[in-house]
Amino acid sequence: MSAQLLGLHQPGTTVLHRLPAGAKLLGLMVASIVVVAARGPVSALVFVAVAAALLVWSGARLGLTLRAMRWLLLTAAVLGAWTVWQNGWPRAIEVVGDLVTLILLATTMTVTTPVDEVMDAVARGLRPLRRVGVDPEAVALAFSLMLRAIPTTIALAEESRDAALARGLERSPRARLIPFVVRVVARARDTGDALHARGIGD
Amino acid sequence: MSGIRLEQVTVSVPTHDGERRILHETSLELTEHRVALVGPNGSGKSTIARLLNGLVRPSTGRVVVEGLDVARDGRDVRRRVGFVFTDPAAQLVMPTAREDVALSLRRTHPDKAERLAAADRVLADFGLDGFGDRSVHGLSGGEGQLLALAGVLATEPSILVADEPTTLLDLGNSRRIGDLLLGLEQQVVVVTHDLDLAARCDRVLLVRDGRVERDGDPSAVLDHYRATA
Repeated sequence: MSAQLLGLHQPGTTVLHRLPAGAKLLGLMVASIVVVAARGPVSALVFVAVAAALLVWSGARLGLTLRAMRWLLLTAAVLGAWTVWQNGWPRAIEVVGDLVTLILLATTMTVTTPVDEVMDAVARGLRPLRRVGVDPEAVALAFSLMLRAIPTTIALAEESRDAALARGLERSPRARLIPFVVRVVARARDTGDALHARGIGD
Repeated sequence: MSGIRLEQVTVSVPTHDGERRILHETSLELTEHRVALVGPNGSGKSTIARLLNGLVRPSTGRVVVEGLDVARDGRDVRRRVGFVFTDPAAQLVMPTAREDVALSLRRTHPDKAERLAAADRVLADFGLDGFGDRSVHGLSGGEGQLLALAGVLATEPSILVADEPTTLLDLGNSRRIGDLLLGLEQQVVVVTHDLDLAARCDRVLLVRDGRVERDGDPSAVLDHYRATA
């Protein structure tokens, strides 16, 4: 259930909440480039500390948010173990640190910004590209659907896992993965139908 | 022009050895305020419902809604025909209740503050006050279906098509949604397995094996369905 919180705005009055969505998106983009471009474990640890401080500052319900992020953090841990084995500790700290920083920054963004504002900011930012055939509203909608898809996809993964468990197939990756992919595709089709039926994106 | 017309419509789907007809040639004129489609699973009820706003295209024939050809004027038709699905989880596409209703209002309310205020008014009209910031994931089946209905009706369609809107709901919520649907000013076409709900409509169509087998007064059609199911 805590997966629901990923991508979900939590109302508040902090400076981060009051910043325009466009500024936050731009900040996130720049920060992502800086985080990936910077080399070494020390800078990665500094980035994690700053990103964690921002999340705390945003007033996010930390326990629930961290619980919602547990699978992402587990994935980061697996990636870290692999990198330690392949490239040693300094590289592992850098890779995992960068990944965790980006997750924390993106979470801070979604916690402090309603999706409606993100859509408006994306549509506004892309307006000049209308001349070359880009539909800013459609891109903004795709952006917001992507945010909505995070908790939905996690919920579908949990359903697929439960279905495999119920049939005694908990050790079969195939029994989990194939139904999961089928469910995700079916949900994407249903979402398309729902948007189509509501006349959105016509 | 009001109402819905199907003119010699067929629907076929491709299969590995050719194609399968899921709706045989059907001509209908639906002008009643409340119309129910009943019948076994896989009989073609949902196909008829989906034809009405272009989610399914006819293989032959044409569908005309309020004088507009669904295949040619799909965009205008979808603005007139709202559609409610069985599972609200598939229909609610934004993270929170307010944002989901606001998405429906983007075309009619370009100003953001007005749009959000209008979304809150819609939520209040549907008894969902205080749900604005709630995650759509955390809603119960009844609340989710109510929100899905609110999101569709916010666009003020003149016709509402609902595909088994009460199938996933408990008895109380099923009644609540049914009452709401049948109390609407709009023309309502509802696909349902709830024969009590169908009995309250003005006209019932029994669909079986891709054909409209019976069509007319609810009690006569439903008696036949009960006797032959």
